[in-house]
Amino acid sequence: MAAVLHAISLGLVLFATWLLLSGFFEPLLITFGVATCVIVVWIARRMDLVDHEGHPIHLGPRIFVYWLWLIGEIVKSNIDVAKRIIDPRLPIKPTLFWTKASQQSELGQVIYANSITLTPGTISVRVADGSVLVHALSAESAAGIAQGDMDRRVSALKCGGPD
Amino acid sequence: MIGIVVDIVSWVLILTGSAFAIIGGVGMIRLPDFYTRMHGAGITDTLGAGLILAGLAVQAGFTLATVKLLLILVFLLYTSPTSSYALANSAYTGGLQPWLGKKEDGSSKSS
Amino acid sequence: MFVAATLAILITMALALTRALLGPTIYDRVLAVNAFGTKTVLLIAVLGFLTGRPDFLDISLVYALINFIGTIAVLKFLKFGDLGTPGSENSEADD
Repeated sequence: MAAVLHAISLGLVLFATWLLLSGFFEPLLITFGVATCVIVVWIARRMDLVDHEGHPIHLGPRIFVYWLWLIGEIVKSNIDVAKRIIDPRLPIKPTLFWTKASQQSELGQVIYANSITLTPGTISVRVADGSVLVHALSAESAAGIAQGDMDRRVSALKCGGPD
Repeated sequence: MIGIVVDIVSWVLILTGSAFAIIGGVGMIRLPDFYTRMHGAGITDTLGAGLILAGLAVQAGFTLATVKLLLILVFLLYTSPTSSYALANSAYTGGLQPWLGKKEDGSSKSS
Repeated sequence: MFVAATLAILITMALALTRALLGPTIYDRVLAVNAFGTKTVLLIAVLGFLTGRPDFLDISLVYALINFIGTIAVLKFLKFGDLGTPGSENSEADD
């Protein structure tokens, strides 16, 4: 049941993308578009890609709230890193440290590691055994990750149980 | 009247984005080692690209072009952390040690 | 305004190209080429507006995806010396 739901949702997303990218609205071309989407969904199912990891619809609207918060964080840390780069004294103090990723599922850990990388000033270098190896540009950005606010917010997304 | 406001907003967005892009490029030259340079590239990838594309979207108004610009931004924001992670991970497993300031301490947990 | 953005992007591309030429490690070069590709995506989009041809956005969209695949392919080639190797999770954890 869940698999069918995922396939239908993927098909709808693909068709919306097709419509927006092509801008064609004649019946014949729309038929071709629908046929293309059906073929792509069929291939994706054969490749075993249509599951809760490849197409995480169960996250629902929570992910959009998280994205808004993440964009705010990205802007803040961008300004901080940009100031450090144009400062003539170059006030950086790189550190490399392991931090805990408390998410239960692999999907949650991927979201957490990618969020760390998207925020300038911190990069996830390696994910293993429920922790992330982070390279931070300065002591402040390292403290921001170690404090664990982002970790809690990603955990609150409830990306599913261990798998 | 509306046209002037739209022009000013997109001017500000595009020029700020361009400034962030150049700062990121300067960072790629100035910063001392590979891992720190990745932070410089991260600036151009996120805020530089985001602001320039947002400025273009404001200029385009409610058209299909705006949707395409947003799609470009979404693709960039999905792919850039993935390739950054692959790059950092392969550098780390390839044995490239990060520059950690003056003092020599092995703060990295051995894996 | 679009001319200013084009110039800024070109300057950034020149800086990235400088880093690609300077090196010193192969990873610096891959990073620089990746950043260069991202800037190319932006440049194509801005050029589309500069010349009044929004069709350029499709090219830019495709370039964004190809740039990503290109970077991953180069990294995989660096790691395995071969693009056909099925890179399993175990091989990553071992070395």
